Amino acid sequence: MTATATPQNAAGTRHGSSIGQPLTRRDGPLKVTGQARFSADNLPPGTLHAALCVARIAKGRVTGLNRAAAEAHPGVVAVMTPENAPKLAQDPDAKAGPFIFRLDLLQNDRVRYANQPIAVVIAETLEAATEGARLLAPTYETETPRIGLDAGDVFTPDAVGVGAPPAESDGDVEAGLAAASSTIAATYETPAQYHNAMEPHAALAQWDGDRLTLHMPTQGLAISQGRLAGLFGIRPDDIQIESPYLGGGFGSKGVPSGPQVLACMAARMVGRPVKLVPTRSQMYGPMGHRGPTRQTLRLGTDAAGKLTALDHHILTASSSFDDFFEPAGRATSTLYASPAIAIRHEAVRLDTGTPLFMRAPGEASGSAALESALDEMAHELGMDPLEFRLANYAEVEPITGKPFSSKALRECYRRGAEAFGWAGRPLRPRQTRDKDGFLVGTGMGTATFPALIFEGMARAEIRADGTGTVELGAIDMGQGAWTALAQIAADGLGIGMEALTFRMGSSDLPNAGIAGGSGHTATAGNAIHAASQDVIAQLAKLATDDPASPLYGAGNAGVTAANGRLTRRDDPSRSEAFADILKRAGRASIEGQGKAGADPAAQKSYAMHAHGAVFAEVKVDPDLGQIRVSRLVGAFAAGRVINPRLVQSQYYGGMIWGLSFALHERAEMDPRTGRFLNDNLAEYHLPVNADIPAMEAILVHEDDSVVNTLGVKGVGEIGITGTVGAIANAVWHATGVRVREMPITLDKLLG
Amino acid sequence: MRNFDYIRPASLPEAVAAGQRPDTAYLAAGTNLVDLMKGGVTAPARIVDITRLPGLSSIETLPDGGTRIGALVRNSDLAHDPAFAKTYPMVAEALLAGASAQLRNAATVGGNLMQRTRCPFFTDAVSPCNKRAPGSGCAALGHATRIHAVQGWSEHCIATNPSDFCVPLAALDAVVEIAGPDGAREVPLTAFHNLPGDHPERETALRPAELITALRLPPEAAAFQGHARYLKVRDRTSYAFAVVSAAAALTLDGAKIGRARLAFGGLALKPWRVEAAEAALAGQAPSPEAYARAAALALDGAKPTGEANAFKIELARRVAVRALTLAAAGTPARIPALPASPFGIV
Amino acid sequence: MTIPLRLTLNGQAREIALDDPRVTLLDLLRERLGLTGAKKGCDRGQCGACTVLVDGRRINACLTLAVSLDGAEILTIEGLAEGDRLHPVQAAFIAHDGFQCGFCTPGQIMSAVGLIREGHAGTDPERIREGMSGNLCRCGAYAGILEAVQDAATQNEHREDAA
Repeated sequence: MTATATPQNAAGTRHGSSIGQPLTRRDGPLKVTGQARFSADNLPPGTLHAALCVARIAKGRVTGLNRAAAEAHPGVVAVMTPENAPKLAQDPDAKAGPFIFRLDLLQNDRVRYANQPIAVVIAETLEAATEGARLLAPTYETETPRIGLDAGDVFTPDAVGVGAPPAESDGDVEAGLAAASSTIAATYETPAQYHNAMEPHAALAQWDGDRLTLHMPTQGLAISQGRLAGLFGIRPDDIQIESPYLGGGFGSKGVPSGPQVLACMAARMVGRPVKLVPTRSQMYGPMGHRGPTRQTLRLGTDAAGKLTALDHHILTASSSFDDFFEPAGRATSTLYASPAIAIRHEAVRLDTGTPLFMRAPGEASGSAALESALDEMAHELGMDPLEFRLANYAEVEPITGKPFSSKALRECYRRGAEAFGWAGRPLRPRQTRDKDGFLVGTGMGTATFPALIFEGMARAEIRADGTGTVELGAIDMGQGAWTALAQIAADGLGIGMEALTFRMGSSDLPNAGIAGGSGHTATAGNAIHAASQDVIAQLAKLATDDPASPLYGAGNAGVTAANGRLTRRDDPSRSEAFADILKRAGRASIEGQGKAGADPAAQKSYAMHAHGAVFAEVKVDPDLGQIRVSRLVGAFAAGRVINPRLVQSQYYGGMIWGLSFALHERAEMDPRTGRFLNDNLAEYHLPVNADIPAMEAILVHEDDSVVNTLGVKGVGEIGITGTVGAIANAVWHATGVRVREMPITLDKLLG
Repeated sequence: MRNFDYIRPASLPEAVAAGQRPDTAYLAAGTNLVDLMKGGVTAPARIVDITRLPGLSSIETLPDGGTRIGALVRNSDLAHDPAFAKTYPMVAEALLAGASAQLRNAATVGGNLMQRTRCPFFTDAVSPCNKRAPGSGCAALGHATRIHAVQGWSEHCIATNPSDFCVPLAALDAVVEIAGPDGAREVPLTAFHNLPGDHPERETALRPAELITALRLPPEAAAFQGHARYLKVRDRTSYAFAVVSAAAALTLDGAKIGRARLAFGGLALKPWRVEAAEAALAGQAPSPEAYARAAALALDGAKPTGEANAFKIELARRVAVRALTLAAAGTPARIPALPASPFGIV
Repeated sequence: MTIPLRLTLNGQAREIALDDPRVTLLDLLRERLGLTGAKKGCDRGQCGACTVLVDGRRINACLTLAVSLDGAEILTIEGLAEGDRLHPVQAAFIAHDGFQCGFCTPGQIMSAVGLIREGHAGTDPERIREGMSGNLCRCGAYAGILEAVQDAATQNEHREDAA
């Protein structure tokens, strides 16, 4: 029997004792003691180590590899090249859907981006494998690569993001601009950025005949099974993937990367377990990245500061061989009311790896430009930037005209502004210095991210001893699924956390969808809720049909589950322990299943988004241009909060990503060769602890009975949006210099 | 990494003897050497581990008032030595502004002098690079980045030296003590690193098999302790190489500057000391105008190697003015929480 | 041919026959001794995930050749707790949510233990931020890390006062 979580049974939601509690992470003790076993921490007996040899050109083909030198190196067991690599059951360039990305798996000698794998060396030790890979000393036939947004021919892609239209509009933007009393036009650039999860994309693969066991960090167990099954011509069920912990994913582990598949091929070739962990620099290429953008915004307003037109043009880039186009217009279609809105994406093709979803794909880049443009427009009007946003507050979703399922953005603005001390901020830039002479500026931005839910399933069980189990193929990549989903499970079954066995992170459990799109808590959580509701319904039926039960005759809807007991709604004095119900029925356990997914009716009728407001204060050295963010306050409304401690951490993490986007991250390539100049963590800057100021994240209450049964929206990505613009606007406010090319570095402020 | 023979000599003469075989590298902490070996930038056949050599790990005050620092003293131990930090505050500040606490705990002062450039065309192990592969060309020419040189470069190499520590050492007339097959000798720090000229592969004054045994600060260096600062402009607040840095030190005779010292990091393939600017400050009243004149002199002859680093010339002028201003204001009682940062000043 | 190596590892004397001089301390721990707490995030001294204490000092295990450590005393994350009792820094990281994915966490914790032992930062937030800047956290748990280290450093000061 299967129950389905839909908004229609929202009334059945039970408010238990675990949801809403700021529990510490259940995986915490393992993680602080070094016992949490990440993929690369496994080492079954007989494991061989593999190392990649990657292309040091961006376009052309490999003409030679010194296989003999590599094979002669002591410890080297095998060298896998296109000459001898196992042939695959499926062309890795075959495109069966938007979540299938083309992979370079040694099926030919072609090079289409720098750091593309061109050989794998397998050895008894990591040291031997690594040196073997170096000894291959490839030679190439090199073609001139296309690098940078000006290098390719501009075209309109068929779709952006995952299947979204490249253009959207409502009203007549040109007429709106013509009628405007004030207008601005500005072009912003955002660079290619790399996910740089701290954990590399490791894989430890082991074959037993046609069965594959794989320790591999993945955000999507079933997607990975499906992809690998297709490539190797085996059944998905014959692939067992263990992914209990991810050392960060941020989108880059949503689908298997080429090197992870190569580990499987290598293991098959040598008939022993193979561990392959790419080096940091080898992660700049085959694991995706955030595509670069050049965005032009044109805004017009009337004299009162109401938008008359909002036009957003995006130029982005994908690889020469596959499609992923940063959907940077998305925020513009949901945030501000305007009688005329137009969003258009165009693109070029470059000789780089294929871009991919990277934390807040679309919204991060788009909101960086949009929130900067809003600030420029407010300045043009002489309006306070917050007042300007409130004047253009979208009461319904622009373009679609749908009502929002919930939108507590006004409250976010109010509480954020209050906590930050926004009132009284000077409108003009370069007005404030602190006691040490640093320029001080403040800025704000609106945050938004869609509330998504995917297909997911879960299994639940209550046993005669009163304990329960919930299991599903959910993934914890740091967001806290081990804890938050267990809280949902405990409440769903009406038991305490101590009585709950909770399993996830393994592909033999029910498919819980992908941990991405900020939709995993909604997906997995509602699946868990549905599964546990299924169990409780069966349990209630046993009791209410049984004349010996104090609950006899109460009917299914007439009982609640909590503390291991069913209790009559209309008479709390009449209750019975789960254990007693099962024992009397002679049942060892009751098992239930549930699934979650989008409700098409609700999707048709409502726009569903999380919202927030971010306020930033920066200090800038007036002579040297060095920037330091001194305060960050975000207020976010994202439906029901399962665990406020973890949600706060997600907001902090997102805001730090926003800071990183605004001030630090940029992949640099040599346009002559297509090679990276900073494919390392010393020169590709992520913020360090000293870059991070005092932060505050305010969790604004928001009830949403439409978005899904549990009423949760995602919190993982929204923190970036709004923050980039807030910091960029604060830098302008401090200095009077408007930097429209991210990241904002000190040289751009020297004047 | 190429396989290598590992040799751990018990004495300096043994080390020097072992170092005379071709294709040999001396290993101290390895924070730079092991990194370069992993990157395939260098591939020695023999590693001579000098970390156990006796007598190279102490900081001593010399009879003449100078200070001798053994080559194997760890960066953090030197920076946190109370007497040293008090006497040479800008050296301590520069040390603490470099790398991370973990790297400073391992890295030796001798090794710090031997750091190779971070030029990406050098470290990628494949691009044409006259330093790594003499005669192959310089890939950085034509695509200079913000880390490349604006002083002292040649058409054969536009790399910069990444060390913070060497900048105040150059300003303070530090001396490098060297041991080698021909016995001991010493070289002023300002002459230790070579500018690229026609031979970027000749990086330091060390001859084959020579190694650094100590650094010496002359007695005069202590005179600057009341007015000495290191200032490092960075793209992130910590754990980043300098965009531009400067060490500035003054002695004040009443209302006038007595002696001045000024050296820069991030501009050239060696710490860039400018004695003409120092001379211009001597005898002047400490004033923004005097600093600006000195800064202008200091950047005399500077020439960008591309659009991406042209800003460093003006930035270096401003860094010099600020560093001199801070030095004149007096050495703080304690090294700031953010050493050498513009935001660590207070 | 192997190279004999004596280490005191998490309090235990170990005799190791090192198979290759190229092996770093990190790969010795992770691939040969089964101590996988220290993580490899960059292998080049740029992220701090491999931080362990050698002779009481925090260092990057990835840039240290194991062969050069003969006789050294090494403390890894696995040796920090006393039985089931977490070290105060470990407990503080849980209490202050000083991590998300947990991959950089062993390095952060060993770095924090080293920082507190060094004694230069005290409980000053700015000095702790600077002192912890050799440990990257991509999830962005820096606020919690700061709070955790401050908390543990404060407890440490109280213990020292009481002693």
